[in-house]
Amino acid sequence: MNETLASLAYLFASVAFIVGLKMMSTVKGARRGNAIAGIGMAVAILGTLFHAGSIDYRWIVGGAAVGSILGAWLAYRVPMTSMPEFVAMFNGLGGLASTFVALCDLLHWSESTADISISCSTARGVDWTVALVLSLVIGAVTFTGSMAAWLKLAGTLKKGEPILLPGRHAINLALGALVVGAAIWLGGYALEHDEQTQAALAIALLGGLLGWLLVLPIGGADMPVVISLLNSYSGVAAATTGFVLGNDCLIISGALVGASGIILTQIMCKAMNRSLGNVLVGGFGQTAGGDGEKKKSSYTKVKSCSAEDALPILEAARTVVFVPGYGLAVSQGQHAIRELADLLEAKGISCRYAIHPVAGRMPGHMNVLLAEANVPYEKLVEMDQINPDLKETDVVIVVGANDVVNPVARDQKGSPIYGMPILNVDEARTIFVIKRSLSPGFAGIDNPLFEADNALMIFADAKEALLALAKGIKG
Amino acid sequence: MPLLAALQGALPEALGSALPSLATALPLALPAAAEGGHSLQLLTQLTIFVLAVFLGIEVINKVPPTLHTPLMSGSNAISGITIVGAILSATTGEVTVANVLGAIAIAAAMINVVGGFLVTDRMLRFFKKR
Repeated sequence: MNETLASLAYLFASVAFIVGLKMMSTVKGARRGNAIAGIGMAVAILGTLFHAGSIDYRWIVGGAAVGSILGAWLAYRVPMTSMPEFVAMFNGLGGLASTFVALCDLLHWSESTADISISCSTARGVDWTVALVLSLVIGAVTFTGSMAAWLKLAGTLKKGEPILLPGRHAINLALGALVVGAAIWLGGYALEHDEQTQAALAIALLGGLLGWLLVLPIGGADMPVVISLLNSYSGVAAATTGFVLGNDCLIISGALVGASGIILTQIMCKAMNRSLGNVLVGGFGQTAGGDGEKKKSSYTKVKSCSAEDALPILEAARTVVFVPGYGLAVSQGQHAIRELADLLEAKGISCRYAIHPVAGRMPGHMNVLLAEANVPYEKLVEMDQINPDLKETDVVIVVGANDVVNPVARDQKGSPIYGMPILNVDEARTIFVIKRSLSPGFAGIDNPLFEADNALMIFADAKEALLALAKGIKG
Repeated sequence: MPLLAALQGALPEALGSALPSLATALPLALPAAAEGGHSLQLLTQLTIFVLAVFLGIEVINKVPPTLHTPLMSGSNAISGITIVGAILSATTGEVTVANVLGAIAIAAAMINVVGGFLVTDRMLRFFKKR
């Protein structure tokens, strides 16, 4: 009876997750969808507790209390600019939980077989062993890989630069082979000779080392791909744990999250014109601009102006499009850009924002940053939608973006970023580029946009320049 | 047809990279499972898994890019469903390795669940029309 109720609770939770995700297809329904998924989770937890019946709840309550308090504290405290780190850390925790649950299931199995009388009924098949190994490995890779990504994004780990160990591919291959070896040890020998705990620990530790080493060589610019992929892994880890425990709700939820992460990974790869394999091999951003080429920029006819000089052109415009990049968030200029847009709109000038898929440091990051600054979401326009309109745009203001507006990606075969979809801002009538200097972006290459005939550089901090523009419009 | 396009586009990739479990589990597990009693259970679970992936691709493809960050944090919260397994791992009062690991797993999954849903809600509140 209790089991039936628990199964119904799991069914309810699975449906709630699907409905919740479905409601995320509109901005209006998203918040309610999130709440519905939350209710589904609560029902699943209650159903499990009910199923467990009269047990000792001390460990459960202790763990849940610590987790809830920490989770709530983190959720309210995290600044929106740090969402990539936050999500990376959460991916890792999901992986950790999956690995530990799989280990626990093995330990419980060991305990039960120690009692000879019931060993026959608790024999597990090869499918269980395979699921166990996968759950241990994927969980561990997700955990340490996410920790590396988290530290890189936070700038703690070598400021996010790629860390290229000599012979890293050989090391990773050897580690992979060792994992397979340990899995064979577990399935073929250890389970029958009471060495399963050692084998499982070896698998988890090797997997952990592998995850860490896999993320180290990946550069900061590729982090959106890595976070998305690890997001997917955290789902797959949960699903494999579902196979270990024979729990359909875990399988379904894990599959949903796994699918979500993979779709986002694809979108990010496409937006950077990179294959997933190319990202994972790592070292981009170092190889592309290496050999001191970074410093040797060859700009000859860059024109610059001050914010005051830009005012007449801006005030004469009918349509303005802002192109925000991560540099805007670094200088905390989101509110300044919205203030400027408000003032322009009060003068009857139409303002929109062109959002490149990799404008921030994770999928959709720039949208959240601007939404937080009260920019109405319908003014945030995707690349494919706004590109045809840019020809008819009077003024484009590029703030803290570089590679995503580099015409080289469109025109110059052989460039490291050739083929990457870009915002065609060079087609606009006038382009202002607010930037501290002519330094290159992540790709480490020159941007011919800066010396285009219709472009004017405003050398300043993003926020200060925007505030100066706003002040000029006001006064 | 959007469904077909989505499947053609995303499924090979998904099968290639996100589901190494499937590729590895099938050849290893099927022969062994066929002889035992849990063959049906495994096949049912695989069916559920594959169908859920298809469903996930279909549903997630409709989420607009502007909501991709909340989608990620929200799906993070959903992957905290591991809490269900974690709860059943720590069901006695003694201080055992399994209980300690189980409690840590519960805490980690609970951070995901509570933090994930709350931060997603916090973000979604920002998205307003003027």
